[in-house]
Amino acid sequence: MEGNPKYHSLDPAKCIGCTHCMKACPTEAIRVVNGLAVIDDDRCVYCGQCHRVCPTHAFYVVQDDLAMIRSFKYRVILFPSIMIGQFPGKYSEDQIYDGLKKVGFTHIYEVEQPQQVLIDSINEVLKDQETPKPAISIYCPAIVRLIQGRYPSLTENLILRKAPHNLAAHFAIERLIMEGAKREEIGLFYATPCIAKIAAVKSPVGESESIADGIVNMNQLYNEVMKVISDKEVPDHSDQRRNLSSEGILWSLTRGESCHFGSRSIAIDGINNAVRFLERLENDQIENIDFVEMRACDQSCAGGILLTGNRFMTVERLERRAKRYPAAKNIPAETVRANTEELKKKLVLDPILPRPHFIFGKDRMKAMEKMSKAQRIVCFLPGIDCGACGAPNCHALAEDMVNNRAKMSDCIFLQQMWEGEGRITPDKAFLNVQKKWGTDRFKADCNKRGRRNEGF
Amino acid sequence: MKLTFSIQGGDFTNAGHPSSEVKKVLKQLGIDGKTIKNIVIALYEAEVNVVAHAWRGTVTVEIDENKITMLLEDEGPGIPDIELAMQAGYSTASKKVREMGFGAGMGLPNMKKNTDELIIESEVDKGTKVKMINYF
Repeated sequence: MEGNPKYHSLDPAKCIGCTHCMKACPTEAIRVVNGLAVIDDDRCVYCGQCHRVCPTHAFYVVQDDLAMIRSFKYRVILFPSIMIGQFPGKYSEDQIYDGLKKVGFTHIYEVEQPQQVLIDSINEVLKDQETPKPAISIYCPAIVRLIQGRYPSLTENLILRKAPHNLAAHFAIERLIMEGAKREEIGLFYATPCIAKIAAVKSPVGESESIADGIVNMNQLYNEVMKVISDKEVPDHSDQRRNLSSEGILWSLTRGESCHFGSRSIAIDGINNAVRFLERLENDQIENIDFVEMRACDQSCAGGILLTGNRFMTVERLERRAKRYPAAKNIPAETVRANTEELKKKLVLDPILPRPHFIFGKDRMKAMEKMSKAQRIVCFLPGIDCGACGAPNCHALAEDMVNNRAKMSDCIFLQQMWEGEGRITPDKAFLNVQKKWGTDRFKADCNKRGRRNEGF
Repeated sequence: MKLTFSIQGGDFTNAGHPSSEVKKVLKQLGIDGKTIKNIVIALYEAEVNVVAHAWRGTVTVEIDENKITMLLEDEGPGIPDIELAMQAGYSTASKKVREMGFGAGMGLPNMKKNTDELIIESEVDKGTKVKMINYF
């Protein structure tokens, strides 16, 4: 299996090797080794739960150097509308756009501009009898990866239409070329609200190559804009938004997609909610639903880990903003694009294949042996999922053991028992724990977590 | 490999637990998605039958190299006429059960459709034994 590239990582100087991220991961992709969290990139779906729960902010998101934009003549920033929503209400859209220009971009595109083209295209897929129902949106890349890995049989329900950022990228290139730019002079940069979108832009699923030249993390861009933003009158940039519709602005919010499709549709936000729903869907216990919108973050993209504003305030600002914009169908097609047909063709994704990563090896007999062994091991573990072994729960530890990634003695309960029975020496037991949790774990340290009243 | 579960009659909230657990195991064994789906549908229907009609029951699942055997044994009213119960749309479910969205009379036909072998033995006022086998 081809490994996932690294789009997030953690700072060993900040990681205190606690168990928060390991416990929060919906795919059990994290283990603690030598007192540090380690991410299994093959299992990771880039949902960002680990970032959210980390008490020391040890996780960071890789990104491109913002200075690289200078090497292009035309510097396009593509960003989802959600970006606007997080700014304090006192800054107008033009002031934010003006700030982005001051940061160094020459062209500003909110990605949800030619939204009607996408709505029409998705509706075509839904009308097609061949598409298994419910059809599932590919909008949230963390959900796509979750389905590929954990619910492989549902990959055929995914709607093979690109996300707004791809559409906007094609659209921006087209427009600039019409204005006389050469393709190589255009630098496309995507401002991302989360890690999953970085992965979707840098190593897309169902596309042969990435369309953007670089990625800017939205929190960094927010800080850059806030440094230069003016609260005085600024030039009018509304021509850059002339294709923006109220549907486009609401697209990245919960129900932003589902309200357009099918006679019966469902919208789910939050990765754990998605997991519960997908379990039922896979068991065929969901009836008569045509369309499912699913986003990994609570409040969808407004809850993205790279957003600065409060998610509920962001939603509120966007909802107010959407009221001032026209409906997508009222934006004349010719302003969107001269050649909508060609754009429609570009919208189609290649099939998205399953990537099951919870298999105990290819040989079924061996896999069954391993599973039976893991089940027997669980009988001896305490079953309280304390995480002190460096695995998220007793079952995961048992699985790690049969895959030769952990030992019986990693369980501190078993170790205690063996010490009592005289099967291992206290020194050896101590060394075992040090191996998992690092040598400094037992030292008195007045900066340790909890020391500064970090409870509630 | 053997898995056992117990089912409480009338507990619709927890119906589906055994089939979900079995699904997890089959996925880890790398069984084909379509086969898993059939097994899970058949087992879920069978579980719901126990919940909807019986007082209590047990599920015993045996997984071998090339097949899965699911045995559901319940203590309950039993099925007086199995042939009639096998007909699509035939149901003895109570109004309460129907209001919860179950009891459409598709349970047994759905099980038959999704399993390779289905054997039902029943004794009125004692209980029912359902054995299903699916081959991988």
